[in-house]
Amino acid sequence: MKLQLRPAWPALIALGTLYIYLAFAAPKFYRADNLRDLALANVAVLLVSTGMTLVIVLGEIDISVGATFAVCSIICGTFAKLGVPAILWPLVALAAGSILGATNGALVSFVKAPSIVVTLATMVTWRETLRWITNGAWIEGLPNTFQWFGLGQRRGEAVIVASAALLFGILWWTSRNLSAVRAIYATGSDAEAARLAGIPTKQLVLSVFVVMGALTGIAALLNAVRFSDVPANSGINLELKAIAAVVVGGTPITGGRGNLVGTLLGVMLLGSIGPALIFLGVSPYWEKAIQGGIILAGVLVDAISRWRGRRVEFA
Amino acid sequence: MLLEANGIQKSYDGVKALSSVSLDLRAGEVHALVGENGAGKSTLIKVLTGAVQPDGGGIRLHGQPIEHNNPAKARELGISAIYQQPALFPDLSVAENIAIANDRNKLWQIVDWQTRTAVATGWLQQIGARFSPDALVSSLSMPEQQLVEIAKALAANASVLIMDEPTSSLGQQDTRELLRIVRELRARGTGILYISHRLEELFEIADRVTVLRDGTNVGTREMAEVTSRDLIRMMVGRELETLYPKLEIKAGEVALELRSIYCKRSNLRNVNLSIRRGEIVGLAGLVGSGRTQLAEALFGLATISQGSIYIDGIPVEIRSPRDAVRAGLAYVPEDRRRHGVILEMAIRSNVTLASLDKLSKNGMLQKRAERDVAQEFTERLHFKAPSIETITKNLSGGNQQKVALARWLVTKPKVLILDEPTQGIDIHAKSEIYHLIGALAERGMAILLISSEMSEILALSDRIAVMSKGELVGMFDRKDASPDEILRLALNQNESQFRGQN
Repeated sequence: MKLQLRPAWPALIALGTLYIYLAFAAPKFYRADNLRDLALANVAVLLVSTGMTLVIVLGEIDISVGATFAVCSIICGTFAKLGVPAILWPLVALAAGSILGATNGALVSFVKAPSIVVTLATMVTWRETLRWITNGAWIEGLPNTFQWFGLGQRRGEAVIVASAALLFGILWWTSRNLSAVRAIYATGSDAEAARLAGIPTKQLVLSVFVVMGALTGIAALLNAVRFSDVPANSGINLELKAIAAVVVGGTPITGGRGNLVGTLLGVMLLGSIGPALIFLGVSPYWEKAIQGGIILAGVLVDAISRWRGRRVEFA
Repeated sequence: MLLEANGIQKSYDGVKALSSVSLDLRAGEVHALVGENGAGKSTLIKVLTGAVQPDGGGIRLHGQPIEHNNPAKARELGISAIYQQPALFPDLSVAENIAIANDRNKLWQIVDWQTRTAVATGWLQQIGARFSPDALVSSLSMPEQQLVEIAKALAANASVLIMDEPTSSLGQQDTRELLRIVRELRARGTGILYISHRLEELFEIADRVTVLRDGTNVGTREMAEVTSRDLIRMMVGRELETLYPKLEIKAGEVALELRSIYCKRSNLRNVNLSIRRGEIVGLAGLVGSGRTQLAEALFGLATISQGSIYIDGIPVEIRSPRDAVRAGLAYVPEDRRRHGVILEMAIRSNVTLASLDKLSKNGMLQKRAERDVAQEFTERLHFKAPSIETITKNLSGGNQQKVALARWLVTKPKVLILDEPTQGIDIHAKSEIYHLIGALAERGMAILLISSEMSEILALSDRIAVMSKGELVGMFDRKDASPDEILRLALNQNESQFRGQN
């Protein structure tokens, strides 16, 4: 099976250059504890970006993922505090995320409202509802089994990174083989043409938003168990990080093209900038500016390849 | 002579749309331009208004050769065009719409609202319009919008006015009113090039008539010297039967039956039609007569308000394209680039797009099976493409159409609906598609063929249904069909009201 790296080559080159440069300029970057921190810090972004890739390929957008993330974190914390056993937390996270995602999906597909408006509305609604219910208070006094699933830091970290990697692997394989994913690409290229080919585009849009929500829920859980308390306002700017990673990974915002490997590279690239700056002794205030520059560069590369009339399919 | 076009030539991607067409227009004349769909009328208008550049030939205005490369420049020279659908800004007022055409070079000046309104009022009065210049265009009716277009042209000082089917969306009363205005303009010395399918209207208004067929001028005549029969014969031509071989196929059981289909939104009324296995039924009619609407209603794209559809004798409910595909229908839509294929996808993905369910196991696409299917059908259809991985966008029109057809052959439909299957593709690809259609019928598919090309309909169909204004107004057997009669039925509105049944 081919990796289909062609649309992601700018991200791959940038990432390769950065990592080679770091190997010489700041070899400490490669110390095990740093790599572990790096992986751990980007687990949530990776899972959300994976869902976001599907949403964007479909020709839609979801900017409510940050709010969904916060809601799911609080729900997981609440259930844990109520004494629900750890084995059920993933189900709780999946259910909560799916319901929120289904709300978006139903509004986009059946009410036919533009997804940017729908998810802007749900983003505000969910965050403000959460603020109203929690009064901004964190969930504290969680049982010992909450942090690191009660496995201790080392093993807990391993479980988090391994589950994220496993989930991403399954999604990647699925995205290459599930016939519904072909339908996502078709709908993102031309929704009307896809409908005329007999594709149930409405159900498809609904399902993709449900998957987006479910992945956000799992991401929220894997992120929350890293700490002893659950904050009421987590996931701020998560939607922007995810969209940026998708675009940098070579998936154009216009839909119909793109792939998950590119998104993985995008997450790695944008996530490595901050730590890299620290190890290189540069002021970390440069992080956001550099990330912005990378996004712009990605957009330019895509524009240039379009001017040259190169069109490659990645379905 | 007001306007002369000499030896105008134009090809699109190697397909000749106009081959050396000449035409002249006198001041104070209504010159009718007629021809079948695809005869080259639109291209000629586009050349005259500067919307496209001719490959050869020249245009003279008042005896002076002119070079114009965009419609705005043509307008400045005094050549204005009014199209079937008004091209106005719906959210701006009438006065602004009239002014905008003439204020092009004053974009950075302060708007003089009073003058604007006064100018608009003047022109509206001259053509007898009764609405205010401050009215929003979106609040006006279709005929009123046509009047705004005319006022706009007059305000631009048009000496040449091209009217492309201006009455096609108007009722009888409004048509009378429009014709009155046309006469007034003629009396003032404006030269009018008048395109219409409604022949009776042309006999009423036109001084001369030019007939186009297959991109050539078949003749220019004084209107008083021709009959509608002459015009139809000139439009259709005579070399029909020999072009394409027709397979003799024995028709089987009835595959598709429509019983008194009504569709409110698309204005279909009482359509009864049945097609047998192996039979090709041609659906003739003018653009806007309801042919595409019928196809869309069948395929679940418009809600059928009354009536029933039977496939192989079993009643089916079709509410969406998905239902239609499941019921055994396939539809190759008119606008191939927009709806028939997904341009960004490879041939392989396009060909299998309607059959993903069949090619999957537990939701997982069987890639080998997919490749085999795509390979098989591209070979069967003689694709000219490097491989099945070629992006559809990079194919020629004819090959794109083959992709669209191949997709539906994979689903093995019982009924295939083709809407203008050879529009805009070259003669060789056309002939290939004709053979393909024949081969499909031979394998027992029931085919509904919508086409505006009379020769195509006559050559391929076993029976020919004629539509006009949302109704089937006639049905011919292959041996009884004559182009004159079909065109007369399609054109003649009065008679259609009395026929009604097929």
